[in-house]
Amino acid sequence: MFYRENGQFKTSYKADQQIFPIAQDRWGVLILIAFAFFAVPFLADEYMMRAILIPFLILALAALGVNILVGYCGQISLGSGAFMAVGAYAAFNCWVRLEGIPLIAALLVGGFFATIVGIFFGIPSLRVKGLYLSVATLAAQFFCDWAFLRINWFTNNSASGTASVSNLTAFGFDIVTPLQKYIFCLSILVVFGVLAKNLVRGAIGREWMAIRDMDVAAAVIGIRPMYAKLSAFAVSSFIVGVAGALWAFIHLGSWEPAAFSVDRSFQLLFMVILGGMGSIMGSFFGAAFIVILPIAINIFLPLLGALVGIEVGTAALTHAEQIIFGALIVWFLIVEPHGLAKLWSVGKQKMRVWPFPH
Amino acid sequence: MGFFLETLIGGLMAGMLYSLVALGFVLIYKASGVFNFAQGAMVLFAALAMARFAEWIPLYAGINSPVAANLIAFVLAAGVMFIVAWVIEYLVLRHLVNQEGTTLLMATLGITYFLDGVGQSIFGSDIYKIDIGMPKEPLMVLQNAFEGGLMVNQEDMVAAAIAAFLVAALSLFFQKTTTGRALRAVADDHQAAQSIGIPLNRIWVIVWCVAGIVALVAGMIWGSKLGVQFSLSSIALRALPVVILGGLTSVPGAIIGGLIIGVGEKLSEVFLGPYVGGGIEIWFAYVLALGFLLVRPQGLFGEKIIDRV
Amino acid sequence: MTKKIGDVILDVNNISLRFGGVKALTDISFNVKEHEIRAIIGPNGAGKSSMLNCINGVYTPQEGSITFRGQTFDHMDSRQVAEMGVARTFQNLALFKGMSVIDNIMTGRNLRMKSNIFLQALRIGPAENEEIKHRARVEEIIDFLEIQAFRKTPVGQLPYGLQKRVDLGRALAMEPKVLLLDEPMAGMNVEEKQDMCRFILDVNDEFGCTIVLIEHDMSVVMDISDRVVVLDYGKKIGDGTPDEVRNNEEVISAYLGTSH
Repeated sequence: MFYRENGQFKTSYKADQQIFPIAQDRWGVLILIAFAFFAVPFLADEYMMRAILIPFLILALAALGVNILVGYCGQISLGSGAFMAVGAYAAFNCWVRLEGIPLIAALLVGGFFATIVGIFFGIPSLRVKGLYLSVATLAAQFFCDWAFLRINWFTNNSASGTASVSNLTAFGFDIVTPLQKYIFCLSILVVFGVLAKNLVRGAIGREWMAIRDMDVAAAVIGIRPMYAKLSAFAVSSFIVGVAGALWAFIHLGSWEPAAFSVDRSFQLLFMVILGGMGSIMGSFFGAAFIVILPIAINIFLPLLGALVGIEVGTAALTHAEQIIFGALIVWFLIVEPHGLAKLWSVGKQKMRVWPFPH
Repeated sequence: MGFFLETLIGGLMAGMLYSLVALGFVLIYKASGVFNFAQGAMVLFAALAMARFAEWIPLYAGINSPVAANLIAFVLAAGVMFIVAWVIEYLVLRHLVNQEGTTLLMATLGITYFLDGVGQSIFGSDIYKIDIGMPKEPLMVLQNAFEGGLMVNQEDMVAAAIAAFLVAALSLFFQKTTTGRALRAVADDHQAAQSIGIPLNRIWVIVWCVAGIVALVAGMIWGSKLGVQFSLSSIALRALPVVILGGLTSVPGAIIGGLIIGVGEKLSEVFLGPYVGGGIEIWFAYVLALGFLLVRPQGLFGEKIIDRV
Repeated sequence: MTKKIGDVILDVNNISLRFGGVKALTDISFNVKEHEIRAIIGPNGAGKSSMLNCINGVYTPQEGSITFRGQTFDHMDSRQVAEMGVARTFQNLALFKGMSVIDNIMTGRNLRMKSNIFLQALRIGPAENEEIKHRARVEEIIDFLEIQAFRKTPVGQLPYGLQKRVDLGRALAMEPKVLLLDEPMAGMNVEEKQDMCRFILDVNDEFGCTIVLIEHDMSVVMDISDRVVVLDYGKKIGDGTPDEVRNNEEVISAYLGTSH
């Protein structure tokens, strides 16, 4: 009753093709963004920002990048951690070696180098797909693990093998307190979100999805598989690289290669699967879910245990996390392969016809 | 020269262990077209089961002979793997029958996490010992040909023998028994096999069970060598390049691929490593596999992949 | 109302195609004239789809060449063929199941979309205008095929007959000179076949497309085609007008059998 398109007639193709053609959606998203920028700073405390919101924002950005490659273009990638690492270390080297370079420029340079590495390791996608492609991306992952650990130049020859940054500023604003970091990351996420959405609803997005759905037919229509696949790798790696740089600079401050290990790659992939492959909103849902799940388990499981008189230790919590995680992945793949985003749109569909059942 | 040979032999032995894990991959892929990422988790699960059973049997059943305890533990662990196989088929595989490969791959990723969590919850998450009486002292061989002789790890040799025996047994199973024939039929063509009355679901339980036993043997050997601990689960990742090299559908490919990777890793680490800072073992196998993907994706012995429109 | 059939636009010369030991096509030669409707018929497994696949660049023939619009190729490159104006539909649809009807047909316009990736990301000015221009064109095709009601539906959810129309629409979006139709009427009932016939004739008439048509329904073939090629076991056994082919003894024994 409230969520209906009645009366919303579009008189131009431009209006029909906008990102949120339904007015309620448009208002909803604008309100949400306004809430995120203006209300959350007053509602959330520092812990919440540092432990939940900032990681969520950055990982959502990374998941967005991974979704473009895996969800929209159908190329499986288990090397996203490596691309994050490339972004982080490239930005770091830029930051320490080029005096006075602006933060945004360093981040973009990180993304750029991640793009190059991404395209390179994306070349096998022209010959193989599925499991075999995942092996190629794993090669990227392990090679980068080693390179950033052993090649001292990358860490500016630091004795401990860690890289660190401090005193970040952008456009004259300090980025030191959690609130400042939150706003900075939120702005970047919104900008990238819009750009990504424009890409996926445009010609290149259709090429990606065509390759995903049926690459032989795509070739016959005149889509060049090489261009489509490598552009997906390029755009995806760029976004993931920027996210990696953000993760290192903003969230961690000082980091080691282990922050970008194969576990990170799996984590991003799970965000995409659970959130919804081929959906921008899905990336956000997935990131939120996976950031919050461990915290939820840590809070609720001991409570549940106390109810029945069982003490739940930290080891048990870790294992519970793994069990719930694994079970959720399988459950989603069986029941709703299109993830939380599909559940969301099904929910909206029900809202459209509410109070009628269908 | 002696050092080179030692490294080579060491590599061959390590490769044998990879082959054991890769065998599990090949078995399941051959019979159901699913790449089982959870094979590593199965190795850990099986090893945990066996280690703990071997511990508990003397304690609770009063059987003090280590040989008997190990034997019973092995049988019990095999039984556990059968249950695991059945549960996986019933809860997961059955519902994903017509899905594409990537979905199934990701489902096995989920199974990995699940098995890791459940295994460690049931059996514990410390490091456990498996003691099946493997000889631990190194042996010096060929003392006449080389000064001081070549150092060979006896435990590895026994492991290699066990692996060879396993491969022979599996080959016999596939070639000579009715079930083995049925498995080969299913591997060739699901629908055709179904149409002649082969029960797909039961076959898949059997295959995963056999893979589970292979995982148990692999876990037993790895566990005896390194102790049973969580890192065992990441063995799947280390063995993945093996099947790329050998071919995802070939049992001999798994063996040969494993040997090549084992030797390659050891040789490159010892002879190349010092020039580039060491530690190249973690990516050598993968980069080698990457090379194969570009040149010969089906591996040395696999079937060519054809796409039909 | 006679239509004007032009010169030879597509010439298939001595094409042979093998898959390992299986000979899919043996020494096939025929031509297609501009604006005509050329049917390829033959029993199952005769090599008809393989022939289309060779023209499209999906398969590479071991021998022979193809001359299209004056240029001769040993091997057709899919993209080049598409750019030169050949489009096709598929026997098993090959639609992009994850996308809506509009998006599927829009992919057919991709050849003509020029804005680069950065402009698309910003979606201003030239990129936006291009989208709108091509959307207008796609809407014309949607009107022509009478599928307006389904434009936002994911194609996987449409009934088979409608999916076939979307397949045709996607091919039409490429504004082809030659349209290869691979069993466009397979699995349709009488009404759907009549609709599809109407569309094919309109495409040939209004859009001026040359049509190469694989079809099993003999009445359709005899009715709408100008000339027919008959294949059997990868060899050509008949070539001419429908009447000529109908009376060809080899064709009768191999394919048509007794009258029906």
